[in-house]
Amino acid sequence: MVPLFEPAPFTGYVYPNETVIPWSVLIVVYPYLTGLVAGSFTVSSLYHVFGMQQFKPVARFAMLLALCLMVCVPMPLLLHLGHPERAFNAMITPHLTSAFAIFGYAASFYTVLLLLENWFVYRPQIVQIAMEGKGPLRWICRIATLGSNDVSERALAFDHKWIYALTIIGIPAALGLHGYVGFVFGSLKSREWWSSDLMPPVFLLSAVISGTSLVIALYVLTSLARRVTIDESCIKGLALTLWGFLIFALLLEGVEFASLVYRSREGIEVIMEFVKGPLLVPFFVLQLTLGSLVPLLTLTYLIVRGTRGRALVASVFVCSLLVLCAVILMRWNVVIGGQEIAKTGRGLLDYEPELYGREGLLAAFSVLCAPMILMFIATRIFSPWAEEERAALLRGRPALA
Amino acid sequence: MKDQDRPATPARRFFLREIGRGAACAGAAAGAACLLGAGTTTAARAAAPAPAPAPEGHAGDYPVPGYDWTKHRWAFAVDATKCIGCLRCVEACKRENHVALDAHHFRTWVERYAYVDGEEKPRIDSMPDPVNIAEAGSEETYRFANRYRDAKVDKAFFVPKLCNHCTHPACVQVCPTGATYKTPDGFVVIDHKYCIGCQYCVQACPYGARFFNHAKGVTDKCTWCYHRVVKGLMPACVEVCPVQARMFGDLNDKESVVSRFIRDNRVQVLKPETGNAPNVFYIGLDKEVI
Repeated sequence: MVPLFEPAPFTGYVYPNETVIPWSVLIVVYPYLTGLVAGSFTVSSLYHVFGMQQFKPVARFAMLLALCLMVCVPMPLLLHLGHPERAFNAMITPHLTSAFAIFGYAASFYTVLLLLENWFVYRPQIVQIAMEGKGPLRWICRIATLGSNDVSERALAFDHKWIYALTIIGIPAALGLHGYVGFVFGSLKSREWWSSDLMPPVFLLSAVISGTSLVIALYVLTSLARRVTIDESCIKGLALTLWGFLIFALLLEGVEFASLVYRSREGIEVIMEFVKGPLLVPFFVLQLTLGSLVPLLTLTYLIVRGTRGRALVASVFVCSLLVLCAVILMRWNVVIGGQEIAKTGRGLLDYEPELYGREGLLAAFSVLCAPMILMFIATRIFSPWAEEERAALLRGRPALA
Repeated sequence: MKDQDRPATPARRFFLREIGRGAACAGAAAGAACLLGAGTTTAARAAAPAPAPAPEGHAGDYPVPGYDWTKHRWAFAVDATKCIGCLRCVEACKRENHVALDAHHFRTWVERYAYVDGEEKPRIDSMPDPVNIAEAGSEETYRFANRYRDAKVDKAFFVPKLCNHCTHPACVQVCPTGATYKTPDGFVVIDHKYCIGCQYCVQACPYGARFFNHAKGVTDKCTWCYHRVVKGLMPACVEVCPVQARMFGDLNDKESVVSRFIRDNRVQVLKPETGNAPNVFYIGLDKEVI
């Protein structure tokens, strides 16, 4: 029989109930996903609201990506809950003092907003499939048109007004949703590693860099797969965005860590033991150096030198992968790291994730893959790429030709 | 009556009734109130809910017949100088409350502090320590191993620990559903039929008093044996303590053992800096007690 729990080995003194780590790797995945949502939405809004034309090639893609990620955000939470069937209790009777009580409302609101916005963005394609498509997809799209088949210029202009307005609402909603995830951790006074006013902005900035990186990585990979030329000005714009936010993200993380060490409150000896020991490689070497400093310096070099062409694309692509790894490591170091430092301030625990099981590594990996699978299906139905590419893609479908 | 069998709080009943009446607009109102509430109440640290009055028809007779939860204000006292570390309290609690018989789930536990000659900081251990488990022979029985028999110990003492049933409980503050709540008579309890098992409360408790009940999929903790107290009995750990290191009483009764304990001694609480305002009062602690 599979044991119900695996006590974590410990050194020093930890409270007896602490030996079972409460929040598993799934709670690492949860803020990672919400961060990717906020980041990819930010990229999309740079085009839709801020009018930065260089982001046009990825704007619609980023919007669809945000939706596919967002619908998967509740998955790690539901898998983690002892009673997932009671999850709606938090919405039926929200306990107003809890930082977590508004999650259901905030997430639902944001999901509806993303659905609406994607509907407006992809409405011409929905109408086209409803009119010319075949099979069940045609019927689904006929329902999805909500009775409006009007794709005249006047109607599209009206849609654009809605997209603009929804993105304007969406920016604070996306940033708020993720800043609030930071608050869930930062507001807890029981753990010195989490208890920080800087936690929401740290989460927020890392969210933006992870989302931008995911858009870069997927844009490059899908362009290679589709054998189309990568828009250099778009990559440059994304690289600049990543570079700018990366500076702030690193700075804030540095300030947060410095103030924790400088304050040196009770239990700092154990924190320092943790930082110099188990955290040395994942935090300093991998997250800060390889995942943050190396991309920052590389991007700075690319920008200063004005690198162009394949060298630019390849370097920015590698940087985006490094940042994606750094941000998931950051989530791990915060969520798991915080629980590995005992509340007693006198001991350290060692979280050993299980491979299988509801809260295992495999489950976490599956949750991470789910939005990518959704995105793959979604892009088979709706083409998120620029107009001419969409036309080319549609030629591949005899029914729609 | 066990905490998990307890009915929904009056506040929640009221809310549910209102939802029924208000239909769809109640959801929107709750959402808006929630957004406002999370910001303002957290800032104001209004964690402790106002004592709920006995529901209609239950005045003077709630939560069980013959007991009025508005008439009491219970508190716990520990004289750490008396504790001999026999762990009868731990055994009694485990059996009374059906707590998992292992070394990683406790509603109450005892810590041992030993200042060994030449060392600045005390060595601390408790039930999950592998040496103690080995001495006990299994995780289902609890012993303090005689591990310092060959060392020169300058000072050593035991500290019983349990849920502090705080006046401003951080666990209640963070519970997203209201499944854990503070009763008017001073207990922090969990409605096991309503808890979703998110473990946010486990994280929020600075004392490590909460744990996850894997069998039930909900969080669990000491209830000061509420099911016994409402029947006029003492908590199981108090009942079995052979040296009266653990005491329990009503602060509304000036002559109760706890009222007198607080009046006659200079008492301390654990981690007062958290602002939780614990209701387990100690004497005989040491600066190194955590």
